[in-house]
Amino acid sequence: MNLVANETLDAKGLACPMPIVKTKKAIKNLEPGHVIEVHATDKGSTADIKAWSESTGHQYLGTVEEGDVLKHYIRKASEAETSEEKKHGDVLDLDGLRSKIDGDETISILDVREPAEYAFGHIPGAINIPLGELEERFEELNKDDDIHVICRTGSRSDLAAQKLSEKGYQNVKNIVPGMKEWQGPTETNN
Amino acid sequence: MAVKHITTKEIARKVVTNEETTILDVRNTDEFDDWKIEGGSVHVINEPYFNLLDGIEDVEHKLDKDQEIIVVCAKGGSSQMVAEMFDEAGFTDVYSLEGGMKAWSEHLEPTKIADLNGGGSLYQFVRLGKGCLSYFIESDGEAAIVDANRMIDVYEKFAEEKGVTIKHTIDTHLHADHISGGRNLAEKAGGTYHLPEKDATEVTYEYSSLEEGNDITVGNTTVKVQPLYSPGHTIGSTSLIIDDQYLLTGDILFVESIGRPDLAGKAEDWVGDLRNTLYSRYKELSDDLIVLPAHFSFSSELGEGGQVSARLGELYEKNKGLQVEDEEKFRSMVTDNLPPQPNAYEEIRKTNMGKVTPDDEEQREMEIGPNRCAVHE
Repeated sequence: MNLVANETLDAKGLACPMPIVKTKKAIKNLEPGHVIEVHATDKGSTADIKAWSESTGHQYLGTVEEGDVLKHYIRKASEAETSEEKKHGDVLDLDGLRSKIDGDETISILDVREPAEYAFGHIPGAINIPLGELEERFEELNKDDDIHVICRTGSRSDLAAQKLSEKGYQNVKNIVPGMKEWQGPTETNN
Repeated sequence: MAVKHITTKEIARKVVTNEETTILDVRNTDEFDDWKIEGGSVHVINEPYFNLLDGIEDVEHKLDKDQEIIVVCAKGGSSQMVAEMFDEAGFTDVYSLEGGMKAWSEHLEPTKIADLNGGGSLYQFVRLGKGCLSYFIESDGEAAIVDANRMIDVYEKFAEEKGVTIKHTIDTHLHADHISGGRNLAEKAGGTYHLPEKDATEVTYEYSSLEEGNDITVGNTTVKVQPLYSPGHTIGSTSLIIDDQYLLTGDILFVESIGRPDLAGKAEDWVGDLRNTLYSRYKELSDDLIVLPAHFSFSSELGEGGQVSARLGELYEKNKGLQVEDEEKFRSMVTDNLPPQPNAYEEIRKTNMGKVTPDDEEQREMEIGPNRCAVHE
Protein backbone atom coordinates (compact mmCIF):
# COMPACT_ATOMS: atom_id res chain seq x y z
CA MET A 1 0.00 0.00 0.00
CA ASN A 2 1.32 3.39 -0.90
CA LEU A 3 0.63 5.21 2.32
CA VAL A 4 1.96 8.64 3.04
CA ALA A 5 1.63 10.13 6.47
CA ASN A 6 2.70 13.54 7.75
CA GLU A 7 4.19 12.11 10.92
CA THR A 8 5.35 8.72 12.09
CA LEU A 9 5.30 7.58 15.70
CA ASP A 10 7.22 4.57 16.90
CA ALA A 11 5.36 2.77 19.68
CA LYS A 12 6.82 -0.65 18.97
CA GLY A 13 7.49 -2.85 21.95
CA LEU A 14 5.28 -0.73 24.18
CA ALA A 15 2.44 -2.31 26.10
CA CYS A 16 -0.94 -0.81 26.71
CA PRO A 17 -1.59 2.05 27.67
CA MET A 18 1.59 3.52 26.18
CA PRO A 19 0.69 3.36 22.45
CA ILE A 20 -2.39 5.49 23.11
CA VAL A 21 -0.65 7.81 25.57
CA LYS A 22 2.07 8.50 22.98
CA THR A 23 -0.39 8.85 20.11
CA LYS A 24 -2.39 11.36 22.10
CA LYS A 25 0.73 13.44 22.74
CA ALA A 26 1.93 13.26 19.15
CA ILE A 27 -1.44 14.19 17.71
CA LYS A 28 -1.55 17.31 19.87
CA ASN A 29 1.34 18.73 17.84
CA LEU A 30 -0.01 17.59 14.51
CA GLU A 31 -1.68 20.04 12.18
CA PRO A 32 -5.45 19.56 11.86
CA GLY A 33 -6.24 17.40 8.85
CA HIS A 34 -2.81 15.79 8.82
CA VAL A 35 -2.24 12.07 9.11
CA ILE A 36 -0.12 10.25 11.66
CA GLU A 37 1.19 6.74 11.23
CA VAL A 38 1.62 4.85 14.50
CA HIS A 39 3.77 1.73 14.61
CA ALA A 40 2.84 -0.64 17.39
CA THR A 41 3.34 -4.28 18.30
CA ASP A 42 0.67 -4.50 21.00
CA LYS A 43 -2.15 -6.51 19.40
CA GLY A 44 -4.79 -4.74 21.45
CA SER A 45 -3.75 -1.40 20.00
CA THR A 46 -5.93 -1.71 16.88
CA ALA A 47 -9.24 -1.82 18.74
CA ASP A 48 -8.10 0.80 21.23
CA ILE A 49 -6.78 3.28 18.64
CA LYS A 50 -10.03 2.91 16.72
CA ALA A 51 -12.24 3.43 19.78
CA TRP A 52 -10.09 6.27 21.07
CA SER A 53 -10.20 8.05 17.69
CA GLU A 54 -13.97 7.76 17.59
CA SER A 55 -14.37 9.11 21.10
CA THR A 56 -12.07 12.07 20.43
CA GLY A 57 -13.37 12.93 16.97
CA HIS A 58 -10.20 12.02 15.11
CA GLN A 59 -10.57 9.96 12.00
CA TYR A 60 -9.28 6.39 12.18
CA LEU A 61 -8.32 5.46 8.63
CA GLY A 62 -7.18 1.90 9.05
CA THR A 63 -4.40 -0.46 10.02
CA VAL A 64 -1.89 -2.30 7.90
CA GLU A 65 -0.14 -5.35 9.29
CA GLU A 66 3.48 -5.82 8.30
CA GLY A 67 4.96 -8.84 10.01
CA ASP A 68 4.66 -8.22 13.73
CA VAL A 69 4.17 -4.50 13.29
CA LEU A 70 0.77 -2.88 13.14
CA LYS A 71 0.70 0.45 11.32
CA HIS A 72 -2.26 2.53 12.36
CA TYR A 73 -3.32 5.60 10.38
CA ILE A 74 -5.19 8.41 12.07
CA ARG A 75 -6.13 11.80 10.71
CA LYS A 76 -6.39 14.65 13.15
CA ALA A 77 -9.79 16.24 13.44
CA SER A 78 -10.13 19.49 11.60
CA GLU A 79 -12.69 22.09 12.64
CA ALA A 80 -12.90 23.61 9.18
CA GLU A 81 -14.52 20.42 7.93
CA THR A 82 -17.46 20.63 10.22
CA SER A 83 -18.57 23.93 8.74
CA GLU A 84 -21.69 23.53 6.67
CA GLU A 85 -21.11 26.51 4.43
CA LYS A 86 -20.30 25.56 0.86
CA LYS A 87 -19.19 28.31 -1.51
CA HIS A 88 -18.83 26.47 -4.80
CA GLY A 89 -22.22 26.68 -6.46
CA ASP A 90 -22.12 23.68 -8.74
CA VAL A 91 -22.76 20.64 -6.55
CA LEU A 92 -23.84 17.08 -7.22
CA ASP A 93 -25.02 14.50 -4.71
CA LEU A 94 -23.78 10.93 -4.41
CA ASP A 95 -26.71 9.41 -6.32
CA GLY A 96 -26.05 11.85 -9.12
CA LEU A 97 -22.41 10.86 -9.22
CA ARG A 98 -23.31 7.20 -9.18
CA SER A 99 -25.61 7.41 -12.17
CA LYS A 100 -22.93 9.33 -14.04
CA ILE A 101 -20.39 6.63 -13.26
CA ASP A 102 -22.84 3.95 -14.39
CA GLY A 103 -23.66 5.93 -17.54
CA ASP A 104 -21.73 6.18 -20.81
CA GLU A 105 -20.11 9.55 -20.29
CA THR A 106 -16.43 9.74 -19.52
CA ILE A 107 -16.06 11.61 -16.27
CA SER A 108 -13.10 12.31 -14.09
CA ILE A 109 -13.13 12.14 -10.32
CA LEU A 110 -10.64 14.10 -8.28
CA ASP A 111 -10.21 12.88 -4.70
CA VAL A 112 -8.63 15.66 -2.62
CA ARG A 113 -8.22 13.72 0.65
CA GLU A 114 -4.86 12.79 2.12
CA PRO A 115 -3.09 9.86 0.39
CA ALA A 116 -3.61 7.59 3.40
CA GLU A 117 -7.34 8.25 3.41
CA TYR A 118 -7.45 7.58 -0.31
CA ALA A 119 -5.44 4.38 0.12
CA PHE A 120 -7.94 2.84 2.52
CA GLY A 121 -10.82 3.23 0.09
CA HIS A 122 -11.66 5.37 -2.94
CA ILE A 123 -13.89 5.28 -6.00
CA PRO A 124 -12.24 3.20 -8.74
CA GLY A 125 -10.54 5.46 -11.24
CA ALA A 126 -10.45 8.51 -8.97
CA ILE A 127 -7.19 10.44 -9.07
CA ASN A 128 -5.71 11.65 -5.82
CA ILE A 129 -4.33 15.14 -5.33
CA PRO A 130 -4.56 16.21 -1.67
CA LEU A 131 -6.04 19.67 -1.18
CA GLY A 132 -2.72 20.94 0.16
CA GLU A 133 -0.93 20.01 -3.08
CA LEU A 134 -3.53 21.24 -5.51
CA GLU A 135 -1.88 24.66 -5.94
CA GLU A 136 1.26 23.00 -7.34
CA ARG A 137 -0.36 20.11 -9.11
CA PHE A 138 -3.59 21.38 -10.68
CA GLU A 139 -2.04 21.31 -14.15
CA GLU A 140 -2.19 17.51 -14.01
CA LEU A 141 -5.89 17.98 -14.67
CA ASN A 142 -7.33 18.51 -18.10
CA LYS A 143 -9.26 21.79 -18.46
CA ASP A 144 -11.84 20.25 -20.81
CA ASP A 145 -12.75 17.42 -18.46
CA ASP A 146 -15.90 17.20 -16.47
CA ILE A 147 -14.26 17.18 -13.03
CA HIS A 148 -16.01 15.80 -9.96
CA VAL A 149 -14.25 16.76 -6.78
CA ILE A 150 -14.75 14.59 -3.73
CA CYS A 151 -13.39 14.40 -0.19
CA ARG A 152 -14.76 12.89 3.00
CA THR A 153 -17.49 15.38 3.90
CA GLY A 154 -17.68 17.91 1.08
CA SER A 155 -15.64 20.70 2.73
CA ARG A 156 -12.18 20.14 1.34
CA SER A 157 -13.70 19.38 -2.06
CA ASP A 158 -15.57 22.69 -1.85
CA LEU A 159 -12.28 24.56 -1.36
CA ALA A 160 -10.67 22.55 -4.14
CA ALA A 161 -13.56 23.23 -6.52
CA GLN A 162 -13.29 26.98 -5.82
CA LYS A 163 -9.57 26.86 -6.46
CA LEU A 164 -10.00 25.07 -9.76
CA SER A 165 -12.62 27.59 -10.87
CA GLU A 166 -10.18 30.40 -10.09
CA LYS A 167 -7.64 28.63 -12.27
CA GLY A 168 -10.07 28.69 -15.14
CA TYR A 169 -11.58 25.22 -14.96
CA GLN A 170 -15.17 25.50 -16.17
CA ASN A 171 -16.74 22.13 -15.52
CA VAL A 172 -16.11 21.48 -11.84
CA LYS A 173 -18.65 19.93 -9.53
CA ASN A 174 -18.38 19.51 -5.78
CA ILE A 175 -19.67 16.10 -4.71
CA VAL A 176 -21.64 16.18 -1.46
CA PRO A 177 -21.45 14.94 1.15
CA GLY A 178 -18.49 12.74 0.20
CA MET A 179 -16.79 9.42 0.82
CA LYS A 180 -18.15 9.25 4.34
CA GLU A 181 -21.57 8.35 2.91
CA TRP A 182 -20.51 6.70 -0.33
CA GLN A 183 -22.20 3.31 -0.78
CA GLY A 184 -20.92 2.52 -4.24
CA PRO A 185 -17.89 0.48 -5.22
CA THR A 186 -14.50 1.37 -3.78
CA GLU A 187 -11.01 0.02 -4.15
CA THR A 188 -7.95 0.16 -1.94
CA ASN A 189 -4.32 0.63 -2.90
CA ASN A 190 -2.25 -2.51 -2.94
CA MET B 1 0.42 5.48 48.92
CA ALA B 2 1.21 2.91 46.33
CA VAL B 3 -1.36 1.06 44.33
CA LYS B 4 -2.06 -2.44 45.59
CA HIS B 5 -2.24 -5.47 43.39
CA ILE B 6 -4.78 -8.23 43.44
CA THR B 7 -4.46 -11.68 41.88
CA THR B 8 -6.98 -13.60 39.83
CA LYS B 9 -7.12 -16.13 42.66
CA GLU B 10 -8.30 -13.48 45.11
CA ILE B 11 -10.95 -12.27 42.68
CA ALA B 12 -12.10 -15.86 42.11
CA ARG B 13 -12.55 -16.20 45.88
CA LYS B 14 -14.67 -13.07 45.95
CA VAL B 15 -16.84 -14.34 43.12
CA VAL B 16 -17.50 -17.77 44.60
CA THR B 17 -18.09 -16.47 48.11
CA ASN B 18 -20.48 -13.76 46.89
CA GLU B 19 -18.44 -10.97 48.40
CA GLU B 20 -19.52 -7.47 47.38
CA THR B 21 -16.96 -6.46 44.77
CA THR B 22 -16.68 -3.33 42.66
CA ILE B 23 -14.71 -3.52 39.46
CA LEU B 24 -13.75 -0.65 37.18
CA ASP B 25 -13.04 -2.22 33.80
CA VAL B 26 -10.98 0.17 31.66
CA ARG B 27 -10.85 -1.84 28.43
CA ASN B 28 -12.55 -0.48 25.35
CA THR B 29 -16.30 -0.88 25.34
CA ASP B 30 -16.48 -3.49 22.58
CA GLU B 31 -14.21 -5.83 24.50
CA PHE B 32 -16.09 -5.12 27.70
CA ASP B 33 -19.41 -5.92 26.05
CA ASP B 34 -17.94 -9.14 24.69
CA TRP B 35 -16.94 -10.52 28.11
CA LYS B 36 -16.20 -9.33 31.59
CA ILE B 37 -15.78 -10.55 35.16
CA GLU B 38 -19.18 -11.73 36.32
CA GLY B 39 -20.82 -13.74 39.03
CA GLY B 40 -21.35 -13.58 42.75
CA SER B 41 -21.93 -10.02 43.91
CA VAL B 42 -19.68 -8.39 41.37
CA HIS B 43 -20.59 -4.92 40.13
CA VAL B 44 -18.71 -3.74 37.09
CA ILE B 45 -18.52 -0.33 35.51
CA ASN B 46 -16.77 0.31 32.23
CA GLU B 47 -14.81 3.42 31.28
CA PRO B 48 -12.05 2.98 28.70
CA TYR B 49 -8.62 4.03 29.99
CA PHE B 50 -8.10 6.29 26.99
CA ASN B 51 -11.02 8.46 28.11
CA LEU B 52 -9.31 8.94 31.46
CA LEU B 53 -5.92 10.17 30.27
CA ASP B 54 -6.74 13.76 31.13
CA GLY B 55 -8.35 12.94 34.44
CA ILE B 56 -10.80 10.67 36.18
CA GLU B 57 -13.55 13.26 36.75
CA ASP B 58 -16.03 11.39 34.59
CA VAL B 59 -16.06 8.27 36.76
CA GLU B 60 -14.84 9.56 40.08
CA HIS B 61 -18.31 10.61 41.23
CA LYS B 62 -19.68 7.11 40.68
CA LEU B 63 -17.43 5.72 43.40
CA ASP B 64 -16.71 6.38 47.08
CA LYS B 65 -13.25 7.35 48.18
CA ASP B 66 -13.11 4.71 50.90
CA GLN B 67 -14.66 1.80 49.01
CA GLU B 68 -12.65 -1.05 47.55
CA ILE B 69 -12.16 -0.61 43.80
CA ILE B 70 -10.50 -3.18 41.58
CA VAL B 71 -9.29 -1.75 38.30
CA VAL B 72 -9.11 -4.25 35.45
CA CYS B 73 -7.80 -4.00 31.89
CA ALA B 74 -6.61 -6.38 29.17
CA LYS B 75 -3.16 -7.20 30.51
CA GLY B 76 -2.58 -5.11 33.63
CA GLY B 77 -0.80 -2.05 32.23
CA SER B 78 -3.65 0.39 31.87
CA SER B 79 -5.31 -0.71 35.09
CA GLN B 80 -2.07 0.13 36.89
CA MET B 81 -2.10 3.62 35.38
CA VAL B 82 -5.75 4.27 36.18
CA ALA B 83 -5.39 2.84 39.70
CA GLU B 84 -2.53 5.28 40.31
CA MET B 85 -4.73 8.15 39.19
CA PHE B 86 -7.42 7.10 41.65
CA ASP B 87 -4.82 6.76 44.36
CA GLU B 88 -3.59 10.30 43.69
CA ALA B 89 -7.16 11.57 43.73
CA GLY B 90 -7.50 10.37 47.31
CA PHE B 91 -9.12 6.97 46.88
CA THR B 92 -7.83 4.77 49.67
CA ASP B 93 -8.55 1.18 48.67
CA VAL B 94 -7.62 0.77 45.03
CA TYR B 95 -6.27 -2.37 43.41
CA SER B 96 -5.02 -3.24 39.96
CA LEU B 97 -5.65 -6.78 38.70
CA GLU B 98 -2.32 -8.43 37.94
CA GLY B 99 -2.18 -9.73 34.38
CA GLY B 100 -5.61 -8.30 33.57
CA MET B 101 -8.35 -10.19 31.74
CA LYS B 102 -5.72 -12.32 30.06
CA ALA B 103 -4.78 -13.80 33.41
CA TRP B 104 -8.44 -13.98 34.41
CA SER B 105 -9.15 -16.03 31.29
CA GLU B 106 -6.59 -18.59 32.50
CA HIS B 107 -7.46 -18.82 36.15
CA LEU B 108 -8.61 -22.25 37.32
CA GLU B 109 -10.37 -22.66 40.62
CA PRO B 110 -10.51 -26.23 41.94
CA THR B 111 -13.51 -27.25 44.00
CA LYS B 112 -14.33 -30.63 45.46
CA ILE B 113 -17.53 -32.19 44.13
CA ALA B 114 -17.62 -35.44 46.06
CA ASP B 115 -15.94 -38.39 47.69
CA LEU B 116 -16.28 -41.41 45.46
CA ASN B 117 -17.12 -44.96 46.50
CA GLY B 118 -14.00 -46.89 47.19
CA GLY B 119 -12.02 -43.98 48.47
CA GLY B 120 -11.52 -41.57 45.60
CA SER B 121 -12.52 -37.97 45.04
CA LEU B 122 -13.90 -35.92 42.21
CA TYR B 123 -12.90 -32.28 41.71
CA GLN B 124 -14.26 -29.70 39.33
CA PHE B 125 -11.87 -27.06 38.00
CA VAL B 126 -13.83 -23.92 37.24
CA ARG B 127 -12.33 -21.57 34.69
CA LEU B 128 -14.38 -18.57 35.79
CA GLY B 129 -13.08 -16.22 33.13
CA LYS B 130 -14.02 -18.45 30.25
CA GLY B 131 -16.77 -20.68 31.60
CA CYS B 132 -14.82 -23.92 31.02
CA LEU B 133 -15.18 -26.80 33.46
CA SER B 134 -12.73 -29.67 33.73
CA TYR B 135 -12.61 -32.63 36.10
CA PHE B 136 -9.99 -34.35 38.17
CA ILE B 137 -10.73 -37.86 39.42
CA GLU B 138 -8.29 -39.36 41.87
CA SER B 139 -8.23 -42.73 43.55
CA ASP B 140 -5.59 -44.92 45.06
CA GLY B 141 -2.60 -42.97 43.79
CA GLU B 142 -3.93 -42.49 40.26
CA ALA B 143 -5.71 -39.67 38.49
CA ALA B 144 -7.77 -39.09 35.35
CA ILE B 145 -8.45 -35.60 34.03
CA VAL B 146 -11.42 -34.82 31.83
CA ASP B 147 -11.57 -31.90 29.37
CA ALA B 148 -8.32 -30.42 30.65
CA ASN B 149 -7.47 -26.83 29.80
CA ARG B 150 -4.25 -25.65 28.17
CA MET B 151 -2.74 -24.55 31.51
CA ILE B 152 -1.50 -28.02 32.41
CA ASP B 153 0.80 -26.90 35.20
CA VAL B 154 -2.25 -26.30 37.39
CA TYR B 155 -3.32 -29.96 37.12
CA GLU B 156 0.26 -31.18 37.51
CA LYS B 157 0.67 -29.21 40.67
CA PHE B 158 -2.65 -30.45 42.00
CA ALA B 159 -1.68 -34.08 41.25
CA GLU B 160 1.60 -33.55 43.05
CA GLU B 161 -0.13 -32.11 46.10
CA LYS B 162 -2.48 -35.09 46.21
CA GLY B 163 0.37 -37.51 45.64
CA VAL B 164 -1.23 -39.09 42.57
CA THR B 165 0.04 -40.00 39.10
CA ILE B 166 -1.89 -38.85 36.03
CA LYS B 167 -2.78 -42.07 34.17
CA HIS B 168 -5.51 -40.89 31.84
CA THR B 169 -6.57 -37.68 30.20
CA ILE B 170 -9.90 -37.67 28.41
CA ASP B 171 -11.57 -35.18 26.09
CA THR B 172 -15.31 -35.72 25.76
CA HIS B 173 -15.07 -34.21 22.29
CA LEU B 174 -12.79 -32.18 20.03
CA HIS B 175 -13.02 -28.73 21.57
CA ALA B 176 -13.57 -25.59 19.52
CA ASP B 177 -13.60 -22.95 22.23
CA HIS B 178 -10.40 -23.72 24.12
CA ILE B 179 -7.12 -25.48 23.52
CA SER B 180 -7.05 -28.88 25.16
CA GLY B 181 -4.30 -29.70 27.61
CA GLY B 182 -5.16 -33.40 27.51
CA ARG B 183 -2.56 -34.52 25.04
CA ASN B 184 0.30 -32.56 26.64
CA LEU B 185 -0.61 -33.72 30.11
CA ALA B 186 -0.68 -37.37 29.06
CA GLU B 187 2.61 -37.04 27.21
CA LYS B 188 4.38 -35.47 30.16
CA ALA B 189 3.01 -37.90 32.71
CA GLY B 190 3.37 -41.00 30.53
CA GLY B 191 -0.40 -41.51 30.61
CA THR B 192 -2.97 -42.24 27.93
CA TYR B 193 -4.93 -39.60 26.04
CA HIS B 194 -8.49 -40.61 25.15
CA LEU B 195 -10.58 -38.95 22.46
CA PRO B 196 -13.75 -40.12 20.64
CA GLU B 197 -12.70 -41.71 17.36
CA LYS B 198 -15.37 -39.93 15.34
CA ASP B 199 -13.94 -36.56 16.41
CA ALA B 200 -10.42 -37.72 15.67
CA THR B 201 -10.58 -38.40 11.94
CA GLU B 202 -8.19 -35.56 11.17
CA VAL B 203 -5.86 -35.67 14.16
CA THR B 204 -2.15 -36.05 13.61
CA TYR B 205 -1.21 -37.85 16.81
CA GLU B 206 -1.68 -41.16 18.64
CA TYR B 207 -4.64 -41.48 20.99
CA SER B 208 -6.79 -44.10 22.59
CA SER B 209 -10.36 -44.30 21.33
CA LEU B 210 -12.98 -43.25 23.83
CA GLU B 211 -15.98 -45.48 23.19
CA GLU B 212 -18.82 -47.29 24.88
CA GLY B 213 -17.78 -50.59 26.36
CA ASN B 214 -14.18 -49.50 26.94
CA ASP B 215 -14.40 -48.51 30.57
CA ILE B 216 -11.49 -46.66 32.10
CA THR B 217 -10.49 -47.37 35.65
CA VAL B 218 -8.78 -45.03 38.03
CA GLY B 219 -6.86 -46.61 40.89
CA ASN B 220 -7.05 -50.40 40.84
CA THR B 221 -10.62 -50.81 39.60
CA THR B 222 -11.97 -48.59 42.35
CA VAL B 223 -13.43 -45.83 40.20
CA LYS B 224 -15.15 -46.73 36.96
CA VAL B 225 -15.43 -44.26 34.12
CA GLN B 226 -18.03 -45.45 31.59
CA PRO B 227 -18.13 -43.72 28.21
CA LEU B 228 -21.59 -43.13 26.73
CA TYR B 229 -21.84 -42.13 23.09
CA SER B 230 -23.87 -38.92 22.99
CA PRO B 231 -23.39 -37.04 19.70
CA GLY B 232 -24.81 -33.61 18.90
CA HIS B 233 -22.29 -30.90 19.75
CA THR B 234 -19.80 -32.88 17.69
CA ILE B 235 -20.37 -36.19 15.94
CA GLY B 236 -18.10 -37.99 18.39
CA SER B 237 -19.25 -36.34 21.63
CA THR B 238 -19.12 -38.91 24.40
CA SER B 239 -20.38 -38.50 27.95
CA LEU B 240 -18.85 -40.21 30.95
CA ILE B 241 -20.57 -41.84 33.88
CA ILE B 242 -18.34 -41.90 36.90
CA ASP B 243 -18.88 -44.22 39.80
CA ASP B 244 -22.50 -44.76 38.66
CA GLN B 245 -23.38 -41.37 40.11
CA TYR B 246 -21.94 -38.55 38.04
CA LEU B 247 -22.72 -37.78 34.41
CA LEU B 248 -20.08 -35.69 32.68
CA THR B 249 -22.02 -34.31 29.73
CA GLY B 250 -19.25 -32.46 27.91
CA ASP B 251 -20.79 -29.79 25.66
CA ILE B 252 -24.08 -31.62 25.15
CA LEU B 253 -26.08 -30.55 28.18
CA PHE B 254 -25.42 -27.63 30.50
CA VAL B 255 -27.25 -26.53 33.60
CA GLU B 256 -29.28 -23.76 31.97
CA SER B 257 -28.81 -24.49 28.28
CA ILE B 258 -27.85 -27.12 25.73
CA GLY B 259 -24.93 -27.58 23.35
CA ARG B 260 -24.69 -26.03 19.92
CA PRO B 261 -24.27 -28.32 16.93
CA ASP B 262 -22.61 -26.00 14.45
CA LEU B 263 -18.94 -25.46 15.30
CA ALA B 264 -17.75 -27.85 12.63
CA GLY B 265 -20.16 -26.25 10.14
CA LYS B 266 -22.74 -29.04 10.43
CA ALA B 267 -25.65 -27.56 12.36
CA GLU B 268 -28.29 -29.11 10.11
CA ASP B 269 -26.73 -32.58 10.23
CA TRP B 270 -25.99 -32.71 13.90
CA VAL B 271 -29.13 -31.16 15.36
CA GLY B 272 -30.90 -34.53 14.95
CA ASP B 273 -28.17 -36.29 16.91
CA LEU B 274 -28.38 -33.63 19.59
CA ARG B 275 -32.13 -34.16 19.84
CA ASN B 276 -31.73 -37.92 20.08
CA THR B 277 -29.08 -37.68 22.79
CA LEU B 278 -31.03 -35.20 24.91
CA TYR B 279 -34.54 -36.57 24.40
CA SER B 280 -33.89 -40.32 24.41
CA ARG B 281 -30.38 -41.48 25.29
CA TYR B 282 -30.08 -39.34 28.44
CA LYS B 283 -33.72 -39.95 29.32
CA GLU B 284 -33.02 -43.64 29.79
CA LEU B 285 -30.49 -42.81 32.49
CA SER B 286 -31.28 -42.43 36.18
CA ASP B 287 -32.79 -39.10 37.18
CA ASP B 288 -30.52 -39.14 40.19
CA LEU B 289 -27.32 -38.79 38.20
CA ILE B 290 -25.52 -35.54 38.92
CA VAL B 291 -24.86 -33.66 35.69
CA LEU B 292 -21.40 -32.12 35.47
CA PRO B 293 -21.01 -30.19 32.20
CA ALA B 294 -17.89 -28.92 30.46
CA HIS B 295 -19.17 -25.32 30.46
CA PHE B 296 -21.31 -22.75 32.11
CA SER B 297 -22.56 -19.62 30.34
CA PHE B 298 -24.23 -17.64 33.08
CA SER B 299 -23.00 -16.70 36.49
CA SER B 300 -26.39 -17.91 37.78
CA GLU B 301 -25.19 -21.43 37.03
CA LEU B 302 -22.49 -21.14 39.68
CA GLY B 303 -23.73 -22.84 42.80
CA GLU B 304 -22.39 -22.99 46.31
CA GLY B 305 -18.61 -22.61 46.43
CA GLY B 306 -18.60 -21.89 42.71
CA GLN B 307 -19.62 -25.40 41.70
CA VAL B 308 -21.62 -26.08 38.57
CA SER B 309 -23.85 -29.14 38.80
CA ALA B 310 -27.48 -30.31 38.86
CA ARG B 311 -29.54 -33.49 39.13
CA LEU B 312 -30.47 -34.87 35.74
CA GLY B 313 -34.10 -35.18 36.82
CA GLU B 314 -34.16 -31.55 37.79
CA LEU B 315 -32.82 -30.51 34.39
CA TYR B 316 -35.63 -32.45 32.71
CA GLU B 317 -38.00 -30.21 34.65
CA LYS B 318 -36.24 -26.87 34.38
CA ASN B 319 -33.72 -26.64 31.55
CA LYS B 320 -35.51 -24.89 28.68
CA GLY B 321 -33.59 -26.86 26.08
CA LEU B 322 -35.20 -30.06 27.35
CA GLN B 323 -38.82 -28.87 27.25
CA VAL B 324 -39.41 -28.74 23.51
CA GLU B 325 -41.58 -31.73 22.64
CA ASP B 326 -42.02 -30.85 19.00
CA GLU B 327 -39.04 -31.94 16.94
CA GLU B 328 -39.38 -29.20 14.34
CA LYS B 329 -39.62 -26.55 17.02
CA PHE B 330 -36.51 -27.96 18.62
CA ARG B 331 -34.69 -27.86 15.32
CA SER B 332 -35.54 -24.24 14.71
CA MET B 333 -34.87 -23.24 18.32
CA VAL B 334 -31.37 -24.63 18.00
CA THR B 335 -30.50 -23.46 14.52
CA ASP B 336 -32.16 -20.03 14.78
CA ASN B 337 -30.55 -19.10 18.06
CA LEU B 338 -26.92 -19.82 17.37
CA PRO B 339 -24.77 -17.25 19.12
CA PRO B 340 -21.66 -15.79 17.48
CA GLN B 341 -18.94 -18.36 17.15
CA PRO B 342 -16.17 -18.49 19.73
CA ASN B 343 -13.06 -16.45 19.06
CA ALA B 344 -10.67 -18.21 16.64
CA TYR B 345 -12.69 -21.44 16.82
CA GLU B 346 -11.38 -22.81 13.55
CA GLU B 347 -7.78 -22.26 14.58
CA ILE B 348 -8.51 -23.79 17.97
CA ARG B 349 -9.96 -26.92 16.35
CA LYS B 350 -6.89 -27.24 14.14
CA THR B 351 -4.64 -26.83 17.15
CA ASN B 352 -6.55 -29.54 18.99
CA MET B 353 -6.18 -31.82 15.98
CA GLY B 354 -2.43 -31.27 16.05
CA LYS B 355 -2.49 -29.69 12.58
CA VAL B 356 -1.02 -26.40 13.76
CA THR B 357 1.15 -25.58 16.76
CA PRO B 358 0.90 -21.89 17.62
CA ASP B 359 3.36 -20.55 20.20
CA ASP B 360 2.23 -19.95 23.78
CA GLU B 361 1.43 -16.28 23.25
CA GLU B 362 -0.66 -17.02 20.16
CA GLN B 363 -2.53 -19.74 22.04
CA ARG B 364 -3.38 -17.29 24.81
CA GLU B 365 -4.64 -14.74 22.28
CA MET B 366 -6.77 -17.37 20.52
CA GLU B 367 -8.61 -18.20 23.71
CA ILE B 368 -9.46 -14.66 24.80
CA GLY B 369 -13.18 -14.04 25.14
CA PRO B 370 -16.25 -16.04 26.13
CA ASN B 371 -16.73 -19.72 25.23
CA ARG B 372 -20.08 -19.49 23.43
CA CYS B 373 -20.64 -23.23 23.26
CA ALA B 374 -24.27 -23.14 24.31
CA VAL B 375 -27.58 -22.39 22.64
CA HIS B 376 -30.14 -20.58 24.72
CA GLU B 377 -33.40 -18.94 23.90
